[in-house]
Amino acid sequence: MDIRKQVLTNYGDWFTRFGDIWKTQLLQLGQRFVTEIELIRTPPVDATDVPIIFVKKNALLSILLFLKEEPGFCYDFLSDITATDEENEPRFEVVYNLFSTTKFNRIRIKTRVKDGEDVQSAVDIWPAANWAEREIFDMFGIKFLGHPDLRRILMDERFQGHPLRKDYPLRGYQIFTEPEPVNAELLDSGARK
Amino acid sequence: MANAVHDPDDIWDDARSIINIGPTHPAMHGALRMVAKLNGETIERSYCEFGFTHRAKEKLGENRTYHQFIVYTDRLNYCSSLANNVTYAMAVERLMGLEIPERAIWIRMICAEVARVIDHLICIGINAVDLGAFSYFLYGYHQREEAYTFIEKLCGARLTTSFVRIGGLIYNAPEGWEREVEAWVKRTREVVDEMDRLLTDNKIWRKRTVEVAIFNREDCIKYSFTGPNARAAGLDIDLRRDQPCMFYKELEFDVPTAQNGDVFDRYIVRLEEIRQSLNIILQCLNRIKPGTVWCEDKRVRIPDKDVVYNTMEGLIHHFKFFMTGFDVPEGEAYTQFEAVNGELGFYIVSKGHPRAHRMRIRGPSVYHFQGLSKMVEGEKIADMVAALGSINVIAGEIDR
Amino acid sequence: MSKDGAFGFLTTRLAELVNWGRKNSLWPLPYGTSCCGIELMSALCSDYDISRFGAEVVRFSPRQSDLLIVAGIINTKMAPVLKTIYDQMSDPKFVMSVGACASSGGIFNVYSVLQGIDTVIPVDVYVPGCPPSAEGILHALLRLQVMVSRGDTHSQKRIIGSRKSHTLIDQIRV
Repeated sequence: MDIRKQVLTNYGDWFTRFGDIWKTQLLQLGQRFVTEIELIRTPPVDATDVPIIFVKKNALLSILLFLKEEPGFCYDFLSDITATDEENEPRFEVVYNLFSTTKFNRIRIKTRVKDGEDVQSAVDIWPAANWAEREIFDMFGIKFLGHPDLRRILMDERFQGHPLRKDYPLRGYQIFTEPEPVNAELLDSGARK
Repeated sequence: MANAVHDPDDIWDDARSIINIGPTHPAMHGALRMVAKLNGETIERSYCEFGFTHRAKEKLGENRTYHQFIVYTDRLNYCSSLANNVTYAMAVERLMGLEIPERAIWIRMICAEVARVIDHLICIGINAVDLGAFSYFLYGYHQREEAYTFIEKLCGARLTTSFVRIGGLIYNAPEGWEREVEAWVKRTREVVDEMDRLLTDNKIWRKRTVEVAIFNREDCIKYSFTGPNARAAGLDIDLRRDQPCMFYKELEFDVPTAQNGDVFDRYIVRLEEIRQSLNIILQCLNRIKPGTVWCEDKRVRIPDKDVVYNTMEGLIHHFKFFMTGFDVPEGEAYTQFEAVNGELGFYIVSKGHPRAHRMRIRGPSVYHFQGLSKMVEGEKIADMVAALGSINVIAGEIDR
Repeated sequence: MSKDGAFGFLTTRLAELVNWGRKNSLWPLPYGTSCCGIELMSALCSDYDISRFGAEVVRFSPRQSDLLIVAGIINTKMAPVLKTIYDQMSDPKFVMSVGACASSGGIFNVYSVLQGIDTVIPVDVYVPGCPPSAEGILHALLRLQVMVSRGDTHSQKRIIGSRKSHTLIDQIRV
């Protein structure tokens, strides 16, 4: 028994509630973005809870903007951005979880990134992406182009390495003796927050 | 300030002071840091820093079995540990396709709502303490201590409960527990009414909180605010009503919202939510029936001690469970619940092993703390203290 | 002072008096970072009143307090800040490490967590628990009071140990 079994007390009714909406949306997306979409996985056939759309890196922002603004879609709320280390080529997957405040359904966008490659930043679409992308940079080392202030967020700024990569040891301690200094230049009018 | 006349002979004319607030500061809840550029008392720009309580739970999620990870989930929003436990258990059960007994679901709902009440009591209490009303906090805190009594009867711990297990609950509620909860609910209703009378129409409170740190509905969507902070601005989304799980569909409750999105609105929304949660608890207590609380699926059910000590199969099962853990089938899911601060989500990617491949925790407080810099632009320093208290950032949730 | 250098009856009683005053009026600096901070709040509030034992005056500035209660996780980003706070306190100062995370890293043996604050500052009392009950914190406070009255804390021993002269005023300061 796995996620394909619909348990009603645990969101099992999503497929009955949103199955048709998802079908029409995925059809429309498939027609509109023929070359940019690599793969689509849908519940309940695949082992996932919402449709996952794998997109090419260069088309990421256009698809996110389309999903946000197109009338049939309206995924206007960014739930979460995260990344996973897949340990095969391409190494990372950046995952966007979107939510619609009008229809209350969800969808997931993924893009595969090689080690050392950059991804376009979604800060212009959702300002909430700012710190989420900084966290991905801190934990995985994936850089975001167009991000106003890409620096470490959870770890100390002098920390070396990216902890959530699979090759970083769980107990790789790094000790610092001085507190972190105040970066006053971030408060100047030139730098965006 | 932009229209002020510049005096070229005044050396302090364009001077701005940069102050550092935290990480050890009474008004910063937990270990958070804010660096602000002040023009006199007005905050022109600021940036916030966190990570001072980073405990690497996401990395630990990849190195611990799903059962061992339950302990770490309570330490996320530590003011309401039961709600985090419930969300995590739901997330793993979704991946496994488990159905859990009815009584377990009702008790889980009661636990989540109790956690909501006690966290809101602390939040508005601390908000009041920061603005000078200390004894207000003590009324609410006493009710939290009373709640600790029956939570301890249920699961053995006051604060970090680790009560919910994958597939149900570990202990059944003891005799008379439901009556105790009912008595507590009735007493808390009176206390909340008393707290309401103390502060809501108080002129000083209103002057310090109305029209302070406004964050409107569009900003809430852009900055991914959820929970009471978003509902105070008019974004009427409550995952218990709009994306119902467990038995929330069968209950009747209102979702309080407000219009302005200032500190006062967040306070009043939380106060109303306490009342609605008490209502939900009473409805659950009326519907709950005796029964088992842990599903019998062998992958998640730890055998009872008499089975372990007296049968070979029980011993081997126990050994295998704790030494290697059981495989969770391959798949991924992003499970979310309306936790106290907003949408608490667990995005778990499983590759079929007993340990998760990726355990991502979406803590609502991160996004709320991100909005703080925008919220206090143009406000006075004293208003920043009020704003920070009202958005209820818990450092455990931000740093994970 | 008598011929062999020992102090007489009156000055010992004075030192005891000073220590009695000191132990019954500890001014805590609640350094609460995470979950143990909530139990510390429980200890400070009206149900498990800490002011019964004299530690009511909570001061958030290290210059004004003498008991540093570290309640919660201290990680490698926070450790230098903790050391700065500890250095700013003036002698005699006492440290109570509340909870498993502060005492030894607790359940978090990971890259970012300090495995015990005694790697950076000397600790007088450890309170085990995750989190310890508020009564545990009060019990630790009572143990600390016993240590202060005997002169057993790190800070008091350091004062005696660094003493070069045995003048009257130095003896009373212990």
